[in-house]
Amino acid sequence: MFEQVIFYFFAGFLILAGFMVITVRNSVHAALFLVLAFFSSAGLWLMLEAEFLAIALVLVYVGAVMVLFLFVVMMLDIDATKLRANFRRYFPVGVLVALAMMYSIVKVISREGSGLVQTPSIAPKNADYNNTRELGLALYQDFIWPFEIASVVLLVAIIAAITLTLRTTRQTKAQKPEHQVSVSKETRIRLVEIDSEPPA
Amino acid sequence: MVALTDFLIVGAILFSISVAGIFINRKNVILLLMCIELMLLAVNTNFVAFSHFNADISGQVFVFFILTVAAAESAIGLAILVVLFRNRNSIDVEDLDVMKG
Repeated sequence: MFEQVIFYFFAGFLILAGFMVITVRNSVHAALFLVLAFFSSAGLWLMLEAEFLAIALVLVYVGAVMVLFLFVVMMLDIDATKLRANFRRYFPVGVLVALAMMYSIVKVISREGSGLVQTPSIAPKNADYNNTRELGLALYQDFIWPFEIASVVLLVAIIAAITLTLRTTRQTKAQKPEHQVSVSKETRIRLVEIDSEPPA
Repeated sequence: MVALTDFLIVGAILFSISVAGIFINRKNVILLLMCIELMLLAVNTNFVAFSHFNADISGQVFVFFILTVAAAESAIGLAILVVLFRNRNSIDVEDLDVMKG
């Protein structure tokens, strides 16, 4: 009973926040509602005993990605009224597509023959069960190559984001290594013959 | 007790909401990126639920990778958005028709 109350609390906030993200007028408010959605989703994940991922969601998403979103939203001077010009025209289409999609997915999930309804609930883990340890063991033993590839993906993302937004202006005081290495001795050093003066 | 289907239905509702968001806010690139984040969140919720009810940690490992790729995607997407705004002074999708034939 208590568990169900918690579930409906978090699920209700999650769906409410998701609905507000797509309908509010101000992009900053949309980003803040997305933060609420991430928090309530982290609560649901805690109920599913995925403690590490719940904390990682809050730290990585709320702490890093959403701050980046807020930063960009506030930095760009966006004309919100122009962007919402056709809001009323697209709204019925969007609702129709969403309802059709939701109906079909829920129909598939709750069908008796799919076997999902009969899935037995799992007994809660012991108090000494360590989710982070289990996840780490799986990650570093069975999934070590995907883990390495994920690190390469992150490196590519860092380099791409920096090179996309980096601007070289006239004021930039940066060394140009390609000019530095192409320097030869002849262009820099001039040997001059000077007669030595006789001692006085 | 909360069953597996309850979590899956929450994921389905959230996914449908974000699909509707992509239809509704089709002019605003920032909101499109936010809707994609919501979609990935719904999918991740499904993965975590299946991982719990099948007592298999691999589902959570997959969520870990989805989080990584989603973070990379939003970083690059926002970088492209900043460059776009710098060049065209607008983030309206309909202004991005430079390459039309």
